Formats: sequence, structure tokens, C-alpha cells
Amino acid sequence: MTVDKEMKILVVDDYKTMIRIIRNLLKQLGFHNVEEATDGSSALTKLREGNFKLCISDWNMEPMTGFQLLKEVRADAKLADLPFIMVTAESKTENVVAAKQAGVNNYIVKPFNAATLKAKLVGVIGDF
Amino acid sequence: MVRQAIDPDLAARLDEVGHQMKAGVDTQQIRSVLEEMLSTMNGNIGSADPRVLEELEELSAFIEQTKSEIAAINPEEIPDEHIPEATDELDAVIEATEVATNSIMEAAEMIESVAEDVSDEQADVLSQAVTQIYEACSFQDITGQRIHKVVGALKEIEKKVETVVEKFGPDRETRDEMKRKRQAEKDSAETGAEDVNEEDLLQGPQLAENANSQDDIDALLADMG
Repeated sequence: MTVDKEMKILVVDDYKTMIRIIRNLLKQLGFHNVEEATDGSSALTKLREGNFKLCISDWNMEPMTGFQLLKEVRADAKLADLPFIMVTAESKTENVVAAKQAGVNNYIVKPFNAATLKAKLVGVIGDF
Repeated sequence: MVRQAIDPDLAARLDEVGHQMKAGVDTQQIRSVLEEMLSTMNGNIGSADPRVLEELEELSAFIEQTKSEIAAINPEEIPDEHIPEATDELDAVIEATEVATNSIMEAAEMIESVAEDVSDEQADVLSQAVTQIYEACSFQDITGQRIHKVVGALKEIEKKVETVVEKFGPDRETRDEMKRKRQAEKDSAETGAEDVNEEDLLQGPQLAENANSQDDIDALLADMG
């Protein structure tokens, strides 16, 4: 299956710099249609309003964390199948297990490199 | 059973202290309860147990001495000045790294835009270099999160020290007065350059609101001739 590089991607992080980094790395990989949110609540609103095909989210945000966002996404009939990648500095086993049990598609630990981002994207949306 | 032998007023006060244990007990209250115990026990302690009386007196004196020693090291400076200063400095670190990171990112984005105008081979080299810059810039997010954790730990320490100060240190009004005096001393040390201690000249970078700008320094030098 061919990956549509025009797919709409939502990047969620409370550090604007990190959003910029991920956005630039995605751009280098050919993905230009990227939107952003700085917390779980605004991300959920955007996801419900827009036709996103992938969500890349940080965990540690306020007031709604990335983990809570993931659970909300999975509980929403329209978003339940949305590919969701967690990008976070939370690297404890219990975090990874909890995210997996909540339905995360992949998990990237910060700091990460472009190769890791690409590999995890391929694992979730297919080769490109 | 023992309670029946205790003076009812004292028993009531002991109950009050017991209820306050979770919130932290006022040492003055402990001392006064101990003194009251001593006074009520005077007639009851027989010749065989003067040691109990002595130990209670020692305990009371020890509490008073500890209180004086803690007050002497000015613990109120920790929650009033040192920790707020430290957290302000750490916030400034986060801000400075964020500004620097964004500046590096902007430069990398400019380099990336040039890559469109060069040969494929050169574009690949530029692209790899820019990718490395983007990857390296993620340090800011990680250091920011680590510093936030340190700030959280400092605030916890601040709360604990604040509790100690409330029990052993001066009251709020006196603390505010002491703080004003320290600030006045600091201000006077800054303006009186003649007898300045060289160690006081090693303050490191200042927070933006406290720092002189280059214009301020130029003006100061010009004023000094």
C-alpha cells in the first residue's frame, strides 16, 4: 500500500521547539501537511474537527496528558482507529506497557533521531 | 488509666497537641505543656524518681536550645530568598536554551532552503547536516523537563523548610523586616564600590530584569569619565 505523503498529521507537544523539530524532520521525510497542538485538550478538539491520518503526541502535558489524549481517542468511535505514536521522555517500562494497553501504535523515547522517527512511522503507516 | 491522674486542663491540652501532630506542632506549645507537667508533678514525684524531673527539665532546655540554634542560622533565608532565586535562575536557563535552540533551528532552516538550489550531491550533504542539527536540538526539551523536575524538588524543600521556620523562626512580620534589611545591605554594597569584596564581584550571569544592558554599561562608563 502506498503511503499518502499529503496525509494530515497532528503533532502534539507543549514544547514549541519540539513541535518544530518533529515538523522539520517530517518535512525532510516528505510529509508537509502537519498541524500542531500544545496540549491534549486542544489536540482532541482538532482531531475531532479535522481529517487527521496520524497523531504524534508527547506524554507529559497539562492539563490533559498525551496518555489521556490516547485514551480519549481510542474511546471515540470516529477516532478509535487513528494511528497514534507517543514521543516522550517517559521511558519507564510501566509507561510503555500502559500506553500499549491503551492502544498506542508505537512509542518513541526522547531524545530520538530522524532514523528512529522514520522507522516508527514505517511501522505504523507502512513503508515510504 | 494514667489520664485519671492528670490535671483535666493539662489532659485537654495534650489532646489538642495530639490533634495537631499531623499539621506540625508548635514547639512553644510542647515546651509550655512540658513546663505545666513539671509544675503539676512537683508535689507527686517521690524521692525515688527525681531523675524523671531532671530529664523533663533537660528535654525542655534542649528544645529551647535547638530552637535558638535553628533561629541563629536564619533558616527563613532559604524559603524567602535562596530557593526563589535558584528557581528563577533555573527558569532563566530554560528560557535561554529555548531562545538559543530556536535561533539554531532558524539557521538550520535557512541552510535547508539553500539546499534546493545546489546539486543533488551537495543537497544530500546539507540535508544530513541539517537533520543532525534538528536531532541535537531536542536536548532543549529534555533539559527543560529535567530542570522542571529540579524546580519541583526545590519547591518541596522550600515547603519543608517553611514548616521548620514557622515553628522555630521569627514571625512573618519580623521575617519581612529582616528581608528588607538584607536587601538594603545588598543594595548599599552594590552602590558602595570602594570597599567592595572581590568575592562579591563574582555573581555570574544576572536574570534579565536585574542585569545591566550594554547601553546601561556604556552610559555608566561614560558617566564615570
